[in-house]
Amino acid sequence: MQLLANVLIDGLAYGMVLFVIAVGLSVTLGLMRFVNLAHGAFAMIGGYATALLIREAHWNFWIAVPAAVAFTAAVGALLEALILRHLYRRSELEQVLFTIGLTFFLIALTNLLAGPQVQTIPLPPLLAQPVDLGFRTLPAQRLLVIVVGLLVAAGVAFTVTRTRFGVWLRAAVDHPDTAASLGIPIRTVQCVSFAAGAALAGLGGVLGAELMPLEPYYALKYLVLVLVVVAVGGMGSLPGSLLAAVVLGTVETASKYFASDWGNLFFFLAMAALLAWRPNGLMKR
Amino acid sequence: MKHPIAGRALALSVALAAVSISAHAQTIKVGIVGPFSGPFAHYGTLFKHGAEAYIASQGGKLAGKEIELIYRDTGGPNPSQAKNLTQELIVKDKVDYLGGFVFTPNAFAVAPLINQSRTPTVVFNAATSAITDKSEYFVRTSYTLWQLTVPLAQWAAKNGITKVVTAVTDYGPGIDAETAWKSEFIKQGGTVVESIRMPIATTDFTPFAQRIKATGAQAVYTFLPGGPPSLGFVKAYNENGLAKDGVRFLGTAETDELDLQKFGDAAIGLTTAFHYSAAHDSPQNRAFLDAVKKRDPNAISNYATVGAWDGMAVIHKMIEATGGKKDGQKAIAAARAMQWESPRGPVRIDPKTRHIVQNVYLRKVEKVGDSLVNKEELNFGPQVDHGLDK
Repeated sequence: MQLLANVLIDGLAYGMVLFVIAVGLSVTLGLMRFVNLAHGAFAMIGGYATALLIREAHWNFWIAVPAAVAFTAAVGALLEALILRHLYRRSELEQVLFTIGLTFFLIALTNLLAGPQVQTIPLPPLLAQPVDLGFRTLPAQRLLVIVVGLLVAAGVAFTVTRTRFGVWLRAAVDHPDTAASLGIPIRTVQCVSFAAGAALAGLGGVLGAELMPLEPYYALKYLVLVLVVVAVGGMGSLPGSLLAAVVLGTVETASKYFASDWGNLFFFLAMAALLAWRPNGLMKR
Repeated sequence: MKHPIAGRALALSVALAAVSISAHAQTIKVGIVGPFSGPFAHYGTLFKHGAEAYIASQGGKLAGKEIELIYRDTGGPNPSQAKNLTQELIVKDKVDYLGGFVFTPNAFAVAPLINQSRTPTVVFNAATSAITDKSEYFVRTSYTLWQLTVPLAQWAAKNGITKVVTAVTDYGPGIDAETAWKSEFIKQGGTVVESIRMPIATTDFTPFAQRIKATGAQAVYTFLPGGPPSLGFVKAYNENGLAKDGVRFLGTAETDELDLQKFGDAAIGLTTAFHYSAAHDSPQNRAFLDAVKKRDPNAISNYATVGAWDGMAVIHKMIEATGGKKDGQKAIAAARAMQWESPRGPVRIDPKTRHIVQNVYLRKVEKVGDSLVNKEELNFGPQVDHGLDK
């Protein structure tokens, strides 16, 4: 019983970290259908900005995080407005090549500016302590990730399905020309959506840093994990990504408890099985 | 070349450079092979600092000869690239000595080349025991996992630790470490209750920390690659209350100076067995640290810096013995008999294995002022490479 509870709790916690890191990509890749392989680089920008604001400028954690997320959004908006918008109508291969090139550029830049070492984000005392769950403890930071993950999922799902902006976004992606002729400001919608995706990536970089430490190669190292979550969850399906992250996180955690000699085999087996069963995503028929 | 004048100027300057090289006929060339770009580039920087600081500390010349260091970049573990670059160094640059090598496969790959060309090669880092078996021109100034692990296992067994769980990263050196621990600890009468191998791509170490806890072992012997895996493991070790429950942490290179400050207070009390601590109290170590700081004020010195520094000391001795002539066998013979006071303590080269014999220390992480240090608590005395001397 204890063991099963451990698997479920650690699996949920790990899955939520995966979700928080992947949610930004399910906005840009899933909703906007832009193959953004620079997603990891945006996460890295958010994480580095937080680490430097707290360590070098001595900002409070709770102020530094929103500031860093806003900064990432600004970088995303700027890149979108100057360069990336020209790629929306290009082929997927060109999007892949450009964004992976951008990733390499940002890795080299990070290496140059901040050096190759791991950057740690100092946590406030509230988050650094373990929380007693009765039969075992869980780091408070992990609980924050679970709560924020659920809030982000609910918030993005609500925006996309229930608000005018969500309608605009879906219209702008499905039929940009029709949407424009109906008076929808599609340039603004695209730019804001991309910036929101970048901001979520930055938030994921900060919250996930406890498990996926920030270093220049961060941008490439965890890209596969993130792509798996978005692919299994289904393009543009936020609840799908959430479910995929938790299921895959639990599978990975269970394999660490019971069969760690097999490495990451079960994670990728689960991915293959889920994709074979629901090729368009877990929540789609 | 479109500009005839520019072309001629270039040709002239090349010719002049050639003349100036031949004027210094007695320049000794040392090729340093290591990662200078990519995720392991910090090793290249550490080698550079160590080697250049050593030459500067000797007044810029070794045994009266000018030294030219030629760096070659292998990226990561890449045997074919290492082989090509080394061949180029030997054939084209005509180096007298080779040094460097972070990864075992890269060192293995160049063994036939250095055998054939009789080029003495000093391994600054790569830590698999069998490397020095592959060529009699290899000398090594780093360490092996057996060298560190055997005295640690003996110490644990003598100090009332009877039940241990091993948790290592599932790759070559990790498995080496696990084997070394098991063979010695069981010989000393201890029990290894479980051997956990953690996948190399692991990011969340919580399940492993919980498994370690569930075994009821008194201590965990661990080996992880530096950087994110070590940080993640120590974090999980603390967050899951292993330290609080009295499960002792027994490691080797995890708390090396490059990562140490990143752990924060979580590292305080971690026990490791290792051959070099920047906090080692000796005039040689202070001179070494000063020399590296002079080379680069922001430099951090760790075992790889010391490996390069001592590697240059060995090359220094070989240049002295051969009078600057190319004579691989004479040079290696001189290295075999060498003993000196290194920044890590007294060391010598084992004449049989050509591996460095050095003191291994039991260290505990402590906070001195604002920063963390590896405080040496106990000296296990001189250790040979137990992996080769079995």
